[in-house]
Amino acid sequence: MSEWRYWLNEQRGTLMGLAIFLLMFAVYIANHPAGLTANVAQTAANKGVLFAFVAMAQTLVVITAGIDLSVGMIFILTNCLASWIVVGEPLPTALGVVAVLAAGMVCGAINGLLVIYGRLQPIVATIATGAVYFGLALLLRPFPGGSVNEDLADALTGRLFGVIPSSLVALAAAVLLVWLPFRRSRLGRAAYAAGSSEQAAFMSGVPIRRGKFAAYTLAGLLAAMGGLFLTFFTYTGEAAYASGSGYTLWSIAAVVLGGVSLYGGRGSAVGAIFGAFAARTTGDMLFVFDVDPLWQPLLQGVVLMIAVSIGSLALLRVRNRLDWFQ
Amino acid sequence: MSDTSENRISIRTRLPAFLRRADPAVLTAFGCILLLLFLSSLYSSNFLSLNYLLQQLKVASFLGVVAAGIMVVILLGHIDLSVPWVMTTGAMMACAAASFGGMGPVIAIPFGILCGAAFGLLNGFGVAYLRIPSMIVTLATNVVAQGLMVVYTGGFSPQDSAPPAVRWLATGFVIPGLPNAILVWVAISAMMVFLFTRTSFGRAVYGIGNSERAAYLSGVDTRRVVMIAFAISGALSAFGGVLLAGYSSKAAQAMGDAYLLPAIAAVVLGGTSILGGRGSYLGTVAGVILITLLQSILSVMQMPEAGRQIVYGVVIIVMLLLYGRTPPNR
Repeated sequence: MSEWRYWLNEQRGTLMGLAIFLLMFAVYIANHPAGLTANVAQTAANKGVLFAFVAMAQTLVVITAGIDLSVGMIFILTNCLASWIVVGEPLPTALGVVAVLAAGMVCGAINGLLVIYGRLQPIVATIATGAVYFGLALLLRPFPGGSVNEDLADALTGRLFGVIPSSLVALAAAVLLVWLPFRRSRLGRAAYAAGSSEQAAFMSGVPIRRGKFAAYTLAGLLAAMGGLFLTFFTYTGEAAYASGSGYTLWSIAAVVLGGVSLYGGRGSAVGAIFGAFAARTTGDMLFVFDVDPLWQPLLQGVVLMIAVSIGSLALLRVRNRLDWFQ
Repeated sequence: MSDTSENRISIRTRLPAFLRRADPAVLTAFGCILLLLFLSSLYSSNFLSLNYLLQQLKVASFLGVVAAGIMVVILLGHIDLSVPWVMTTGAMMACAAASFGGMGPVIAIPFGILCGAAFGLLNGFGVAYLRIPSMIVTLATNVVAQGLMVVYTGGFSPQDSAPPAVRWLATGFVIPGLPNAILVWVAISAMMVFLFTRTSFGRAVYGIGNSERAAYLSGVDTRRVVMIAFAISGALSAFGGVLLAGYSSKAAQAMGDAYLLPAIAAVVLGGTSILGGRGSYLGTVAGVILITLLQSILSVMQMPEAGRQIVYGVVIIVMLLLYGRTPPNR
């Protein structure tokens, strides 16, 4: 077998995610009254990027065979924080951005410490930290409000050279500066190994603890980037519980659509980005097909249900029944 | 290493028999309840009044019914994230059925529970036969249930008032002074204990939680057991929703949102392993009471919502660090 086949096999999930997204986006654009104009692309990108950042954050944790149910709350907390401190002259704004990102990393690191050194189960530990982060967000913004440096916000949500949505550029930068270095580093490999088989990784002397810790911390960073972008779009901060838990839930869906295994060790954040875009496009599609908004949640649910059921076709290839129970 | 474990054994043998058999996690949970009551009684002696305690048990019974259902699923090593909207569905469908002709009030409660069981079967089918991770299938079911309810109500909360039978079940009194909701919780608890300790289904649940392969090889139809377990969870979630609708005298959208995380937390604080296969029902009862007391005390102290969330999260983390840790990887 030549080498590209291995590569293809490894990237199958990501390519599936890309295919699902392209198909849905093509249907969406074909039915959009305006077609693919720069404006339509910009709106779609801006909405998709929020999901994409949270989905990337979720991927990092899921790869280690964990789950981060606080990711939406970190997103909300950093949104509220940014609406206080990302304001004013360029220098304070820059410091504010750094502080927001650092706050996200601290949240992620706390999750990591509890899961790795506290030896708590990720599901319950992040449920609890999620409550704390939401409480902090509510302390910062008991009522929606605040502001943000509008020049920066407009620059990052506008268009580069009149065509390219700059939010997509920012997302690509996050992939290049955060995801790829992590994926290629020793710690990234350790995170994958820990998710694939923690016992085997431990026996082989892989630094699983540091790898997992890095994954949780970077997940916090990516969620904070999402929170920053939310502030740039809305110009305000709001501690909305429903929004936080919604982002958490859809991040899990996006991760699965993007071909990342919830059992850990398989998949890539790039796939999750496509998964997030696909999930986002479902909502937009219902809009162009002029579906009654009342039916929107139901149709989204049905689409999600079908999408996750497709994966079970792999059962048909199982030769030994015992392989059902892994 | 062996020295300390021998020490521990010798301490255990000196304890009275009923303490020796008890799970340390359950004892810790009950200890925490007593500690909470003691601390709150320093704040105000009203916390120890019979009225207050009965009121707390009544509020706890809604969470208790939901937690009992989710515990079955957690014992399997799965999770049920569809609780919020299955609860809401149960409540809304019970209220809807009540206004349906002469038979309405009679079938209201069973119909609500049946709707919950149907969603549970859907979850169970996805998990057991399609082998989709439970986290994702129950998530999708939650969205579908939400979608159905949004379509049904037309996007806003109609004043779906709860029928008298439902209200009576949640707030009435068969035994003077003892709210019916508590009796319902006791009855459900008795059924759960029977299910876990006296039936082959209960054994199979623990077995699958430990190793589904081993259970399958021992002749258990594991897929059917998993599907039934999810149906039980759905039915009990819906029943919890019906009770809640009776308590607040109407069914409203998103009424179940505040119940998912406390239910999971209650089960886990009661010493049930989230990986499945280990845990006792008594622990879940302790966890439910603990969480309800904590929420109530924080709100009586007039702590703002933000502070409540923070304290709530921190307390859960601290208690888990005390006794919910997984063994080290050595």
